Amino acid sequence: MNRQNAAETILSVENISLSFGIMKVLDDISFDIKRGEIRSIIGPNGAGKSSMLNVINGFYHPQEGSITFKGETRKQMAPHVAASHGIARTFQNIALFKGMSTLDNIMTGRNLKMKTNLFWQALHLGPARLEELENREAAEQIIDFLDIQAIRKKPVGKLPYGLQKRVELGRALAAEPDLLLLDEPMAGMNSEEKEDMSRFIIDVNSQFGTTIALIEHDMGVVMDLSDRVLVLDYGKQLADGLPDEVRRNQDVIDAYLGVPHEHA
Amino acid sequence: MNQQDKDTALDTFPKLLQSHVLERPTRDAIREKDLGIWQSWTWVEAAAEIRALACGLAQLGLQRGDKLAIIGDNRPRLYWGMTAAQSLGAIPVPLYQDSVADEMAYVLDNADVKIALVENQEQVDKILEIMERCPQIEHIIYDEPRGLRDYEHDFLHSYEQVQQLGIGYDHDHPDFYDREIAAGNGSDISIMLYTSGTTGNPKGVMLSNDNVIITARNGIERENLTADEEVLAYLPMAWVGDNLFSYAQSFVAGFCVSCPEDASTVHHDLREIGPTYYFAPPAVYENMLTHVMIRMEDAAQIKQKLFHYFMEHARKVGGRILNREPVSLMDSMLYKLGNILVYAPLKDVLGLSRTRLAYTAGEAIGPELFDFYRSLGINIKQLYGQTECMVFVCVQPDGEVYADTVGTPAIDVEIKIDDNGEIMYRSPGVFQSYYKNPESTASTKTEDGWVHTGDAGFFDEHNGHLKIIDRAKDVGKLNDGTLFAPKYIENKLKFFSFVKEAVLFGNGRDHSTAFINIDLNAVGNWAERRGLAYSGYIDLAGLDEVYQLINECVNKVNRDLSADSRLANSQIHRFLILHKELDADDGELTRTAKVRRNFVEERYTTLVDALYSDRSECHVETQVTFEDGRTGSLAADVRICDAQVFAQAAASQEAAA
Repeated sequence: MNRQNAAETILSVENISLSFGIMKVLDDISFDIKRGEIRSIIGPNGAGKSSMLNVINGFYHPQEGSITFKGETRKQMAPHVAASHGIARTFQNIALFKGMSTLDNIMTGRNLKMKTNLFWQALHLGPARLEELENREAAEQIIDFLDIQAIRKKPVGKLPYGLQKRVELGRALAAEPDLLLLDEPMAGMNSEEKEDMSRFIIDVNSQFGTTIALIEHDMGVVMDLSDRVLVLDYGKQLADGLPDEVRRNQDVIDAYLGVPHEHA
Repeated sequence: MNQQDKDTALDTFPKLLQSHVLERPTRDAIREKDLGIWQSWTWVEAAAEIRALACGLAQLGLQRGDKLAIIGDNRPRLYWGMTAAQSLGAIPVPLYQDSVADEMAYVLDNADVKIALVENQEQVDKILEIMERCPQIEHIIYDEPRGLRDYEHDFLHSYEQVQQLGIGYDHDHPDFYDREIAAGNGSDISIMLYTSGTTGNPKGVMLSNDNVIITARNGIERENLTADEEVLAYLPMAWVGDNLFSYAQSFVAGFCVSCPEDASTVHHDLREIGPTYYFAPPAVYENMLTHVMIRMEDAAQIKQKLFHYFMEHARKVGGRILNREPVSLMDSMLYKLGNILVYAPLKDVLGLSRTRLAYTAGEAIGPELFDFYRSLGINIKQLYGQTECMVFVCVQPDGEVYADTVGTPAIDVEIKIDDNGEIMYRSPGVFQSYYKNPESTASTKTEDGWVHTGDAGFFDEHNGHLKIIDRAKDVGKLNDGTLFAPKYIENKLKFFSFVKEAVLFGNGRDHSTAFINIDLNAVGNWAERRGLAYSGYIDLAGLDEVYQLINECVNKVNRDLSADSRLANSQIHRFLILHKELDADDGELTRTAKVRRNFVEERYTTLVDALYSDRSECHVETQVTFEDGRTGSLAADVRICDAQVFAQAAASQEAAA
């Protein structure tokens, strides 16, 4: 828990506001993520959690505020900049290539690591061949890490939901990201699958030192996994702190137990 | 015994290893699929790994007679751990890797384990949890470092660290390792295997090097195995069969053993390796067949027709061709055509294309299942064996394979049937004793070396093969005094693909009744085909249609039984389909998937009482243990169904009179 006190800030967002028409989705949000921590963003449905990730990731462009990633401050991110600078993500609704195999899906995550041009790749010769071998090995390491050897060659569309989630995590890991954004990685899972996924998240964090920003519904999971927790409700920042502080915060308890809301 | 004289020098595993290093240095000793590729180690490479590990273990304090626990899936490093321990004269004790921590605590404590060599974090966690109860454990060594980065215990070492320690020591004391190996001999204890224990606590069976090596050699001689066999090591290392087939026989014959990538990829790896020598309990064969049948039902019409036509033909003549009995030219030609169109592709899918010899053991195998594989031309044979004699008691000889017997005595094995009908044997493989358990040793092994098997059986008058009926202690009597052999009837039920497990009651009662576990795959598929909706096991098990389906199975068994004068009275009067699958985690099965009858009877007393009342439904609440050791409870209303009971067939009645 102490390690991030000394650690540098990898990402900070300041005074972010995002609206779609008159709908204010995010209202003056500021927080930071330190290198090597597991940072969770929680909140009830429609709180703006996924929007926040989309802002970090460059999918949404906020009207106000700024994002500082690895020391560079921008008004907004662009998805390809985010990806090439080391941000990878998974999606709330799985976004894999359903007709491709697990291995191929994970290999697509290596795309940014491929340096050779199309010509060499098409010939499958010289440097392209070497590169393919290196990337295949990296993909196999991930398959081993996530324990999905048995489905290596299966088309992803035929896999059960829990496994698809795991493959998606694999593809994000294949990019060897500095910051990994996980959008509800445990949604729709049973308790055993949740436990497995938690294990993987902890292992990714401790083994590869990957910084993780996690959106999650399941409070129990969040409190166990996270170093720090940010709570959003109706686009507003409700609380930010250590899991224990957040757990005791009256506003958070109210939001989760459904006290009548002035906006409602 | 003459083999022993011939090879006096090769009476331990480390010595066998040294001989392979000289005889076949560059041939593969062991393989493992890792990162999607088969990685292999030659005998020289394996020997170097073992040497470094052995010296490292010695540095950690493992001495002659100490115990090294080995826990994990089949992996080269864990097998090397066995040889490394044996090099030092220490005794490897493999444990079932899926045991929960409590079960492990008993064995680790009972065996006085000093060092544990384990596969991964899962096993390390289990041992840390029970460490207080096993104070004699001094070190834990792990193979797979994942997730263990933040563990800060002085007694926890990685496999590499121990090898480094060993390499350093070996460098400073170059004769140490060879001296240790030379000090070992055939009468030393080679391995300690815990029997699964259908009753009471598991017992540590101590087997000497002679027991293991001579038995392995006899098995090789009888089946003409060579150094060219391919074997897949996928069954639990704690099981005696794995120790014999994938370890001992590999060391004696010098063939290469392959370890699968992961427990879930075994079938795939099997196809890639294409073993020539294969062993599996009946459940595995059954599983393979069920998968084929399910996939066949989804195949195109023409393929289905082709499949059924040729399978019918194979059933007719395949077994006879394999037994080298004469068949007509027409049949033989048609079989050859079938081989091209159906049998060979099917064997390829099963991964058994190259299989020259397949064993099945552990439980009785259904005649239909058995005939299915034999009719394809796969030489599957039944084997009757026990941990107490390093597996081999009886084996079916080539060309004389019958579904209902277990064959003739293996080489050097003597068999007799005692007055109670119990089978006894004596062989060079007979164990030394149970560890720290002289009472059990005395009640199992007589002073002149005969072992009580606990099984009842007799020699068939026609062919001299041994036939097993049941566990001697399970054979009971109904109140009217007639014979009650539950296992025999349970097996008949289990031969239906829809029935996964059955537990029969009847000893000391008026008639017999049964608990049934349906096979979720087979019945689930059957239900889907009929458009029946269900949410899971409990739901499926309670469906009217499923009850009807099982009722038909039970009726067929009853009809069969009615034809046999000795068993006609044991027909099943009432049965129920259990609301949960019997599970080893709940103690209902042993780790080798045998039903613990008494335990089940006690656990479900309310259901048993209901079977012997006239109620048609019974409410039951059951504690269940999840894989991680937590418990929960499960409530259900279980229905009870009456089966049709047949009058004893007239013919057999006359015979009985």
